[in-house]
Amino acid sequence: MPDNGASAKAAPTAPGLAAAQETRRQRTRAIVRAVGMLPVLLLLCIGFHVLSDGRFFTGQNIGIVVQQSAVNTVLAAGMTFVILTGGIDLSVGSILAAAAMAGLIVSKFPDLGPLWLPAAVVTGAAFGILNGGLIALLRLPPFIVTLGSLTAVRGVARLLGADTTVFNPSIPYAVIGNGALTLVPGIVSIPWLWVIALLVILVSWLVLKRTVLGVHIYAVGGNESAARLAGIKVWAVLIFVYGVSGLLAGLAGAMQAARLYAANGLQLGQSYELDAITAVILGGTSFVGGIGSIWGTLVGALIIAVLSNGLILIGVSDVWQYVIKGLVIIGAVALDRYRLQGSART
Amino acid sequence: MSEPILEMRRVSKSFFSIKALRDVDLTVYAGEIHALMGENGAGKSTLMKILSGAYRPDPGSEIRIDGQPVQISGPLGGRAAGIAIIYQELSLAPNLSVAENIYLGREVSRGGLLAREAMQAGAAPILARLGADFTPQTQVASLSMGQRQLVEIARALHARSKILIMDEPTTALSAGESERLFALIRQLRAEGLAIIYISHRMDEVYALGDRVTVLRDGTLVGSLDKAQIRADTIVRMMVGRDVSSFYKKEHDPGARPGAPVLAAVDIADNSRVKGCSLTVHAGEVVGLAGLVGAGRTELAHLIIGAAPMTSGHVEIEGRAVSIRTPGEALDAGIAYLTEDRKALGLFLDMSCLDNINLAVLGRDAKFGGILDRDKARDRARRAFATLGIRAANVGVPAGGLSGGNQQKVLLSRLLAIGPKILILDEPTRGVDVGAKSEIYSIIDNLAKSGTAVLVISSDLPEIIGICDRVIVMRAGHIAGQMRRDATSPLSQEEIMALATGTEQLDA
Repeated sequence: MPDNGASAKAAPTAPGLAAAQETRRQRTRAIVRAVGMLPVLLLLCIGFHVLSDGRFFTGQNIGIVVQQSAVNTVLAAGMTFVILTGGIDLSVGSILAAAAMAGLIVSKFPDLGPLWLPAAVVTGAAFGILNGGLIALLRLPPFIVTLGSLTAVRGVARLLGADTTVFNPSIPYAVIGNGALTLVPGIVSIPWLWVIALLVILVSWLVLKRTVLGVHIYAVGGNESAARLAGIKVWAVLIFVYGVSGLLAGLAGAMQAARLYAANGLQLGQSYELDAITAVILGGTSFVGGIGSIWGTLVGALIIAVLSNGLILIGVSDVWQYVIKGLVIIGAVALDRYRLQGSART
Repeated sequence: MSEPILEMRRVSKSFFSIKALRDVDLTVYAGEIHALMGENGAGKSTLMKILSGAYRPDPGSEIRIDGQPVQISGPLGGRAAGIAIIYQELSLAPNLSVAENIYLGREVSRGGLLAREAMQAGAAPILARLGADFTPQTQVASLSMGQRQLVEIARALHARSKILIMDEPTTALSAGESERLFALIRQLRAEGLAIIYISHRMDEVYALGDRVTVLRDGTLVGSLDKAQIRADTIVRMMVGRDVSSFYKKEHDPGARPGAPVLAAVDIADNSRVKGCSLTVHAGEVVGLAGLVGAGRTELAHLIIGAAPMTSGHVEIEGRAVSIRTPGEALDAGIAYLTEDRKALGLFLDMSCLDNINLAVLGRDAKFGGILDRDKARDRARRAFATLGIRAANVGVPAGGLSGGNQQKVLLSRLLAIGPKILILDEPTRGVDVGAKSEIYSIIDNLAKSGTAVLVISSDLPEIIGICDRVIVMRAGHIAGQMRRDATSPLSQEEIMALATGTEQLDA
């Protein structure tokens, strides 16, 4: 009987049945994961619409919500890359400020004016790559490295403008901060900030799901030692994800600067990293890496924006907004974990 | 041996619609070692969990201990009924002392204070009876795996257990430690304990088993008495088909000696590997034997650049190459199958598809980095078909597969590269019998097609069954090697003598 391999395929028996049920369970789990927090987002929207006597679902209000969520969405997209590798980037708020300062300063040079946008993005990317280099090459913990740059880059942002606010009322491309893309004249228009945020999400999705690099990012987050043995250049993946996080923080800085025509190294982007991390976690990405999706992050960022907007609409005081936001975040994630119980890990 | 100490009659257990156990009978007598065998998923652990009280059997099942019907419920139920289980992953608290572990959950206190001296005094005679070479005060963290197992056994004896269940107890033990454990198990049998011994390893069942019970797909296949225990009978019972040649070896490098493909020249890492040289030829399967801790895995890690070499070099097809990372090893045509597939091999959350394709994604990609998903899917489906990987589809996470199927997924990743040299570290560890023989046949086919294969294994019958040549390591050195030829087959005793050093043979 030389052909052991073929005859080994036994008829479906108890284990076979178990496998079938396991598949069904996994499929349900996959759907639950894919849909994620979307039901929570929809419930929040409907709830606020009812409580605010129909003031939530208006063209103008939705425009405000998406505009407010745009900067956080871009930051959270970069944060998703980092958290998927099992890391964390606490420095994005500071990088945003430094990049916005660098951009505004460049915009004031008469000849270089239009270059302010790339200047901001490159500044962000440079800080991100620096983070990544320290983490990947010196093997320092991401939390410590980015905690350090949270402080240090904030200092750099203040240094750049000699600790003052830099204004430029005639900054080029200001349209991206305040203009809108008109789809149907007079009826449907989308703020440019939101267009940029959606493009970032789309490109992130392409990179994560359709490229070799994307698989390598999930692999590093899932099992770093196995990734190394499988021949993946873990250091390059790490530098890439922190570089992306920095680059997107730079882009977010540019978006913020274009919106405000100004930047202040001290105030801009304070504690933005927390909202970005919150959006990623709300989106179902595992804090230890390896599991998650960029669409979840988009939903997470929208939940935060809807919550802020809706609580104002229904007249909840500023103080209570904090309490309610915090509780909703904990509750939503608890619900998510409860639904996903039994999956490999959270 | 007239009255059985444990009788299980028509024991069934269903989970929802699935019957994990169906009318299983098991009879165990005091003073016997009863081996329980079966492939992964055959129902051994379900049966054991019923005995420990973790699962409740279905109505109609009957369990008698000393002739009395018992209901075992809750984790303490098994202990109360006199049953102790020693799991594969030991359940000791490494930060506590030996005595504290033995008394865990039943601590002695005087006036609300922990009576440490009393516990140590109580633990000492049990340890002495087991021949332990450590004191009750020793911290468990500082003990070897074999010593920890003694603590587990001491804990069971202290609880006055009459039935001791051991689940693959030698997985983490070196050969010497295993021998000592066997002696101890025989001593406990002589003292009148009933021992249920779960193992995949045929040689252990030969050495220890008074009787063997085999399970398959949740049903009882049958029990054998000592005189009837034969490897081929047991394998046939476990697999449910005739495994005419369990170890498949059809390739024959002697007929057409290939060129040397891999040569390690005097390589060392200054700690575990002390100047080792070896060569592997095309179409040859070379075994690397030795005790656990002899430096075999470390040697493999040096060859593939997973750890830095301090001296020596590696040659591939006669040319010296510099390999500093596992990635460079892959580029040079060396693929390495890790011994620790969960920690160092697989991505348990990722799909089988991604796990299989991981190493060749870059080679297959379009436009310098865009995934070729059709190619990946085809490759994964082909791997499923040729290696007989059993899972619902290629998209399920690798973590949900059985050990044997996980190993085949990992092997598929390496084979996708089309390596010239394949280093397999414990390729059948934690793999059931059916998958084992399939893996042997894969190795055989690779050798036939000219791949140079180096197999690190602690399973001597396996090494003897599939290898053309065996290199034995001892304490970081190459202790010797032997070649199979028509007149003299490889001998287990010679390999052990080299691995232990003759002066330690009595250990």
